[in-house]
Amino acid sequence: MSSRERILGRVRRALADTPGEDAPIERAYLREHGDRGVEETVELLAENLADYRAIVHRCTSADLPATLAGMLAARGAKTVLVPPGLEPAWLADAGTEQVPDRAGSTPHELDRIDSVVTACAVAVAETGTIVLDGGPDQGRRRITLVPDHHICVVRVPDQVVSSVPQALERLDPVRPLTWISGPSATSDIELDRVEGVHGPRTLEVVLVDSQASEDVNS
Amino acid sequence: MSGTYLGMPAFPEAAREAVNNKTLRGNLRHATHTIRAKREKAVAEVSDWAELREAGKRIKDHTLRHLDRYLVQLEESVTAAGGTVHWAADADEANEIVAHLVKMTGESEVVKVKSMATQEIGLNEALEAEGIRAYETDLAELIVQLGKDRPSHILVPAIHRNRGEIRDIFEREMSEWGRPAPEGLTDTPAELAEAARLHLREKFLRAKVGVSGANFMVADTGTLVVVESEGNGRMCLTLPETLISVVGIEKIVPTWQDLEVFLQTLPRSSTAERMNPYTSTWTGTTDEDGPQHFHLVLLDNGRSDTLADEVGRQALRCIRCSACLNVCPVYERAGGHAYGSVYPGPIGAILSPQLRGTASEIDASLPYASSLCGACYEVCPVAIDIPEVLVHLRERVVQGGPVVREGNKVVLKPAKGHAAERAAMRAARWAFSRPGVLRTGQRAASRTRRVHPRTLPGPGKAWSGTRDLPAVPAEPFRDWWQRTDGGKEGTK
Repeated sequence: MSSRERILGRVRRALADTPGEDAPIERAYLREHGDRGVEETVELLAENLADYRAIVHRCTSADLPATLAGMLAARGAKTVLVPPGLEPAWLADAGTEQVPDRAGSTPHELDRIDSVVTACAVAVAETGTIVLDGGPDQGRRRITLVPDHHICVVRVPDQVVSSVPQALERLDPVRPLTWISGPSATSDIELDRVEGVHGPRTLEVVLVDSQASEDVNS
Repeated sequence: MSGTYLGMPAFPEAAREAVNNKTLRGNLRHATHTIRAKREKAVAEVSDWAELREAGKRIKDHTLRHLDRYLVQLEESVTAAGGTVHWAADADEANEIVAHLVKMTGESEVVKVKSMATQEIGLNEALEAEGIRAYETDLAELIVQLGKDRPSHILVPAIHRNRGEIRDIFEREMSEWGRPAPEGLTDTPAELAEAARLHLREKFLRAKVGVSGANFMVADTGTLVVVESEGNGRMCLTLPETLISVVGIEKIVPTWQDLEVFLQTLPRSSTAERMNPYTSTWTGTTDEDGPQHFHLVLLDNGRSDTLADEVGRQALRCIRCSACLNVCPVYERAGGHAYGSVYPGPIGAILSPQLRGTASEIDASLPYASSLCGACYEVCPVAIDIPEVLVHLRERVVQGGPVVREGNKVVLKPAKGHAAERAAMRAARWAFSRPGVLRTGQRAASRTRRVHPRTLPGPGKAWSGTRDLPAVPAEPFRDWWQRTDGGKEGTK
């Protein structure tokens, strides 16, 4: 008998005493917490991102290229990794050398690159989370992992949801997902949180307002 | 389970040493109290915690009730997504499968994501015996591995170490395993984290094989989920060419939507965060992104035996958050090592004796490693009634009875060393079923109450050494009731 049959047989015998069907699972919990307008939800996202030590910027889409260029310059980044489908205009103003991600690039090569700029799939306000789904403007999972500085652009309010349940509804489980809430951290020393272990130690999130025309830089 | 713990003394004996270790007690007290207050705050932030907890419990119960069906569904969906599924009935089989898979790649080292399942089966030792070196990459696991130590907490295996001890271990041991600790390393947590980053970087970048567990497996999509903080998980899950995940069969949830409950309750319960820094989900393999070979090893190792116990099976709902450890007064004082298992604390006290059986001294003593205060049940995000299972397992140890071991029904003999308890219970049953005897006994006890000893003699001495005997009233309740007509005629 194979182990598969053995295990399934044991499980079936173990469950012999239980009735066949059970009541449907009651989901009495909330779809989102609190009652917020669109702008308040974006505010909450910014607040929660910052609470977990992400650096948050806000700008209009017209200002995005200048904002990104300024951030890369301030960081002193010499090279920036670019996923294949990133909007070319975003980095039009940046003086930093752009390195396109190639399937063949080794982890060691990625390790020598200073920064990476990506878009995201969805952002969750209640938890201060950005989710990447490997779409063309986000690239392979490793490119937002190995470089020490990650800039993630979130289109607000379109890409922002309030809660985890709402985020899961928008996401496709077939795609490899990375949920990011602040820079890499650990609680392993005396159960106290310290930022900065293996993932990018600096996470900057740009909330780019796709609707407003005036600059709401904060 | 792992051979690491063979020959462990019973809990009270193991705990005695720990309780006398002042540094250990200080470290544990500091860490558990830090996290306790934070967890409370994180939980209070969500107004529907009770509903989330109830839904989590029901989802897990439902899954367990149809576990055979969901396992088959999971196998189909993982296979359809490009993964390969293996089944391991016990620890040895799981270790053999993993060792074989690693050898097939031609590699002799693997990087590991922190995983309870691989700790449970003693994978690192088994791989070492096959000439394969396994590098732990979680900071706490690294501290344990470098210190040639044993884990003492589910979430933070090095919780028994303070920053000074960690610094010393890094300075002394890192060079043995790779890049040495930086010169002049201090004990600030940020510097220690930096030292771990530098030490492990080269291992991540050259790794060809990653080994992980998983927090959840979604049956209908074939998706696996790993919840972590440091990014070591992401490194192991995405940089290697081959990924091998060893996961207990109870880690299934039926649907993608079910994650909406656990992704809210797990981070708040474990690290007291709204959300942990990184959560990775993957479904089989993805072209040009991450490992191109994915193996899932489904591990039984006592879980189906646990499932056969109507009361005890609720332990399989556990999502390994470790909130029960952090609130437990016994854990806080005795520490994790005394539990003789990778699963310490209240959940360990009900999980280990079920996964391993109660044949060994340590496993038979674990159901007693509790004051039954119930704090563990209060904080459990899937509402496991740990005190209920503890009492149930005590009964099993003392009385024996039918259980399932490795799929077979066996009848346990009553454990040794509980003769006085059994005699007392027999005497109580005899007296309680004879009203005349009970009445005579109660009256005699009331009349002689002034000469009752404060502690019991003989075999009861140790028991009453830590307990106060209840004071016997001057008059038995039933006599009082009769005399006063139920209190209507005034007392005394």
